[in-house]
Amino acid sequence: MEIEKIVENVAFNLLKQAVIYLPEDVKQALKKAYEEETSETGKTQLKAILDNIELAEKYQAPICQDTGTIIFYIKAGSEVKGLEKIENALINATKRATKEVPLRPNAVNPFTQKNSGDNTGRFIPFLNWEIVPGNSLELTVMPKGGGSENVCVTGMLVPGEGINGLKKFVVETVIKAGAKPCPPNILGIAMGGGTDIAIKLAKKALLRPLTEPNPDPEIAKLEKEILEAVNMTGIGPMGLGGKTTVLGVNIEYAYRHPASFPAAVAFNCWAARRASARINADGTVEYLTHKKGV
Amino acid sequence: MAVYHLKTPISEEEIRKLKVNDVIYITGTMITARDQAHRRALEYFKQGKPLPLNLEGLAVFHCGPVVKKEGEKWIAVAAGPTTSTRMDIFEDEFIKAFKVRVVIGKGGMGKKTTDAMAKYGAVYGAFTGGAAILAAKAIKNIRSVEWLDLGTPEAMWIFEVEDFGPLVVAIDSHGNNLFLDVQKKVEENRQKIYQKLGLSL
Ligand code: SF4
Repeated sequence: MEIEKIVENVAFNLLKQAVIYLPEDVKQALKKAYEEETSETGKTQLKAILDNIELAEKYQAPICQDTGTIIFYIKAGSEVKGLEKIENALINATKRATKEVPLRPNAVNPFTQKNSGDNTGRFIPFLNWEIVPGNSLELTVMPKGGGSENVCVTGMLVPGEGINGLKKFVVETVIKAGAKPCPPNILGIAMGGGTDIAIKLAKKALLRPLTEPNPDPEIAKLEKEILEAVNMTGIGPMGLGGKTTVLGVNIEYAYRHPASFPAAVAFNCWAARRASARINADGTVEYLTHKKGV
Repeated sequence: MAVYHLKTPISEEEIRKLKVNDVIYITGTMITARDQAHRRALEYFKQGKPLPLNLEGLAVFHCGPVVKKEGEKWIAVAAGPTTSTRMDIFEDEFIKAFKVRVVIGKGGMGKKTTDAMAKYGAVYGAFTGGAAILAAKAIKNIRSVEWLDLGTPEAMWIFEVEDFGPLVVAIDSHGNNLFLDVQKKVEENRQKIYQKLGLSL
C-alpha cells in the first residue's frame, strides 16, 4: 500500500481510539483518585466519570461531546519516502473521522465565525513535525478539548525569582482556572525558550504518560512537589470540593534568555485523550497507546 | 449528603427540602436551553406569547446535545453540560417567569441566580462536565425539538429522562452556593500552599 493510504488509515484509527478509549494510565489515575477522594461530593463526580468511561467503551461513542481540536505530532524517520504526502493524508483522516466516528465539527473561521463542518481549516488539524534518524514514522493524535484549552496560559516571570516564581505562577493559574477546565486535570508545564516555545513544550508534555516522571530526578521532584501543592487547593473534581484537582504534573524546559523567564501551563481535562502508533518501513503498524487496536 | 429521586413536575415543597451537597436524580421532562433559547423564551414572555410547553416544575439543562436522526426520530448521542455562567444574565428572570425548579449545568452560577433560586424555589444541579454518554443514556426519548432555526446546539430540545443524574445540588433554595463556598476555602488554602512551598504571599 502507498504511504498516503496507510497513514490515512492509521490516523483514522488513532482518532477513533483516542476519542472513545482513554489511555490506561489516565484511567488508572482516575480509579485511584476515586478510591482516595475523601470528599463525598468529589467522589460522586469521579464515579460519574468512571461510569461514563465505561459506557463510552460499551457503546463505542466519544467519551465527551467535545471531541476537541485535532492536533498531530509526527516523528518522521529521515529515510521515510513520501513525507510530502502525509499532511494530506492526515487532513483526509480527520474529515473521515468527523463523519464516521463521529467527531463534533470544531473548526471555526475566526473572521466569519463559520464552522467548516469537517474539523479542518487553515492550520487545522495542526501538525507538529520532528525529524529523527531511521525509516519509521510515529504518529500521535491529541484531540484537545476547548474547556481546558480556555485556561492555558503563558507568562513572563521575574528571572530573579527562579523556580519559586514558577511555583507561584502555577498555583495561581490553577486557582484562577477553578472549575472551568473540568478537573481533575493534567498539567503540562514548561519554562524557558520564549513564549511560543514554552507553550508548545507545555502542551507536548501533556502527552507523557502519568506513570512516567521526568527522567531528571530534580525535575521529577518538582513535578511531585507541584502536584501535592495544587491538590491542597481543595478545588476538587468539577470544582465541587475535594482533594483531587490534578492527576499529574509533567514539566519540560528549554534554556532561556538571561533577561527573560517565559513559562507556560497547559491544561488537559480528565478526558485526556491521546493515541499513538508506529508505521514501520515494511508497512506494518504497531499501536502504542491502545494495544488492542480499535 | 442525601439522595433524592424526583419526578417532574417538581413542587416547591420538594425543592425546599434540598440542601447543597445533596444528590438528585430526575425522572420526567426536561428542556435544553443555552444563551439563545433563554433570550427567546424571555422575549416570548414579555410579549405574552406562550412557550411550546409549560415549564412549571420542570428542569432546564444547559446543553447543546449531539443528536442524530433515525427516520423521523431524533436520538441523543452525547449530551454533556455546557458552562452555566453564560446564562447568569438570563436565569433569574427565567426562573421567575417560568417557575422551573431545577437548573442543570456545569461550573456553577453567580449571586443573582442564587438569590432568584432562594426567592422562587429552585436549585442548581451540577452535572459532571464531559460525562456526555452518561447523560445521553438517561434520555429515554426526545419528545420534540423547538426553535431549530437557532441551530441544533441552541435549539430547545424536549427530553423524557429517567433517573437523570447524579446531579449535585450546588445551589439550594436557601441561599447556599457550593461553588462560592469552595472558592472561599481555596482562598484560605492558598496561604498553606505558599507556606509549604516556601513562598511569600
Ligand atoms: S473540558 Fe474536557 S471534559 Fe470538559 S467538556 Fe471540554 S473536552 Fe469535555
